[in-house]
Amino acid sequence: MKSLLRIRAIVGKELTQLKRDRITFGMVVMIPLIQLLLFGYAINTNIRHIPVGVVDYSKSGLSRVLIQTIEATQVVNFTRQFNNLPQAQATIANGEIRAVLVIPKDVSQRLARHQTVGLGSPPSSDEETSRPVAQWLVDGSDTIIAAAVKSLRNMPLAELLDKPPNRNTPTFEVALLYNPEQRTAVNIVPGLVAIILTMTMIMFTSGAIVRERERGNMEMLITTPVRPVELMLGKIIPYIFIGAIQVGIILGLGHILFHVPVNGGLLQLSGATFLFITASLTLGLVISTIANNQLQSMQMTIFILLPSILLSGFMFPYEGMPVAAQYIAEALPATHFIRLIRGVVLREVEIINMSSDVYWLILFTLAGLTVASLRFKKTLD
Amino acid sequence: MTDYVIKAVKLSRNFGDIKAIQNLDLEVEKGRIYGFLGPNGSGKTTAIRMLTGLLKPGSGEVEVLGYTLPEDAEKLRLHIGYMTQKFSLYEDLTVKENLEFIANVYSLSGRLKNQRVDELLGIYGLNEKKNQLVGNMSGGQRQRLSLSAAILHKPELLFLDEPTSAVDPENRREFWEQLFDLSDQGTSILVSTHYMDEAERCHKLAILESGIKCADGAPDELMQNMGAKVVEITSSNLRQLKRELLHLSGVISAAQLGARLRVLVKDTISDPVTFLSRQPCVDSDDHLSRVRPSLEDVFVISTGTG
Repeated sequence: MKSLLRIRAIVGKELTQLKRDRITFGMVVMIPLIQLLLFGYAINTNIRHIPVGVVDYSKSGLSRVLIQTIEATQVVNFTRQFNNLPQAQATIANGEIRAVLVIPKDVSQRLARHQTVGLGSPPSSDEETSRPVAQWLVDGSDTIIAAAVKSLRNMPLAELLDKPPNRNTPTFEVALLYNPEQRTAVNIVPGLVAIILTMTMIMFTSGAIVRERERGNMEMLITTPVRPVELMLGKIIPYIFIGAIQVGIILGLGHILFHVPVNGGLLQLSGATFLFITASLTLGLVISTIANNQLQSMQMTIFILLPSILLSGFMFPYEGMPVAAQYIAEALPATHFIRLIRGVVLREVEIINMSSDVYWLILFTLAGLTVASLRFKKTLD
Repeated sequence: MTDYVIKAVKLSRNFGDIKAIQNLDLEVEKGRIYGFLGPNGSGKTTAIRMLTGLLKPGSGEVEVLGYTLPEDAEKLRLHIGYMTQKFSLYEDLTVKENLEFIANVYSLSGRLKNQRVDELLGIYGLNEKKNQLVGNMSGGQRQRLSLSAAILHKPELLFLDEPTSAVDPENRREFWEQLFDLSDQGTSILVSTHYMDEAERCHKLAILESGIKCADGAPDELMQNMGAKVVEITSSNLRQLKRELLHLSGVISAAQLGARLRVLVKDTISDPVTFLSRQPCVDSDDHLSRVRPSLEDVFVISTGTG
């Protein structure tokens, strides 16, 4: 009973302090709002309009039509024309364009004999058909850009010559579930919930204990009967609500602006979010008991934040990482939450069916709370 | 039998190579104001932190209000109040919010809490300021707020670490009146200070220097038994006179106070005025007189500085 009173005292104090701190209070709303708008629109893995150049040795009507047909795919934009290859390569090197299309002198012959076009009689020999129409020189350092240009490798050319497009029966039929239009936002927005919560939740609590120490309040606080675990809970509880507000903003706006579905129901969503918020908050508290000042606690927050962005599956698929990195990713609460929230929001799973992620988050919270309470000593030694 | 609220035997604590407190023996009687007098860095704060259970003693035994430290530190916390040297309440809360927070932490609630908070706001003249943010308040107001926060739960024993270092003389006077009121109501108080006049107000005091207790007792007792006599000399060339007097083996120290020189002479010299006036450096028209010793003299003698 007294314990509850003391926890309530800390919660009340934290809320009042937060209310007075206008900028922090504003950031509670602005961080998810701005970052959602920014990343929701900005992050797109469907690459469009890559700036490229062309070296046209044929200078024919056909080569111009070829260029227009390629541009019509919207994958690339021809921004530069070059007379020779060295010039074009220099422009790739200085970063102005990402690739250059080299159209040979005999482009019309090559095209006519090309297998997909199938003109020419007698039928073209194997050697001739194996000759590509033109060549792309690509700045391959960025694999995603390179992949986009590579996707042009097999673009159909038949319509170039007013022939009906030749249709091949694909080896596999692929049905895309949950995101049939392949919109990036559908995957990004639920992931953003994890990233923004990781950032704000850890940040709020990582400063919590340190701030009391820096401002000189700690000496007073530890002479009172407040117990470490009461202090920790009192520091966490206000931010659970704040985290819930942030999730609401991100998913609500994500639904309105980016048409991200929220399929799994609010109960499941709240459950997953609650687990993750408490895990992040306790992680922040552990940091707070280690750091000696707010700058250090901020550095440690970033130290956790970066792998949470890069290894959690938010940016890059978990499956693509080496095993060692996967172990690290497994330790981060963000990884488990991203799985949960994508599952709940997009695939309508019940979190209890993803029990290993649920258990990890619970375990993480309990361990964090214990470590923080044990590390926090009510002495100045 | 005398009732002691604090009993410490050979209390010591080091920080690395620095001996912050060495072999401190302490007995503080119930209901009294006990002072720690010493310069900055003499170990006053360390001693108080050990007595409040905030620091573990390196060695020695401490018993505060019958609780053995550091084992019973948590139980002790309900019975002591501690006003830290640095202001330690929340600057971004108002006066009232701070007091209510402390009240909640000590599990006071409802009517009892409001009553006590109102009572304290009244006693310490904070009623008009109760909705003001603490960050915007003066040193004196903060000090009164700190005191009221420290005594909110009506502790039996109150620790005050240099409570008046940030306030003006008028506030200091008033503050001591409030301490005597508390003492009168039965609260035992341990206060540290580096002001002589404050130390003189204590029932008993201990003089600390570099972590060692040099002397203790009631102020009057200390002054009577300090082992020196005090003579004041009025002369035209005090700087010169001071330098020459300090060479005499019978003179412990000499300090200038405006137009006078205050000279401490060893107790073994029975008539210090005659002794000094016979010295060649003292002119015949210089005026010499015996004066009552002050606590500063005690401090100079016992710490060996000056």
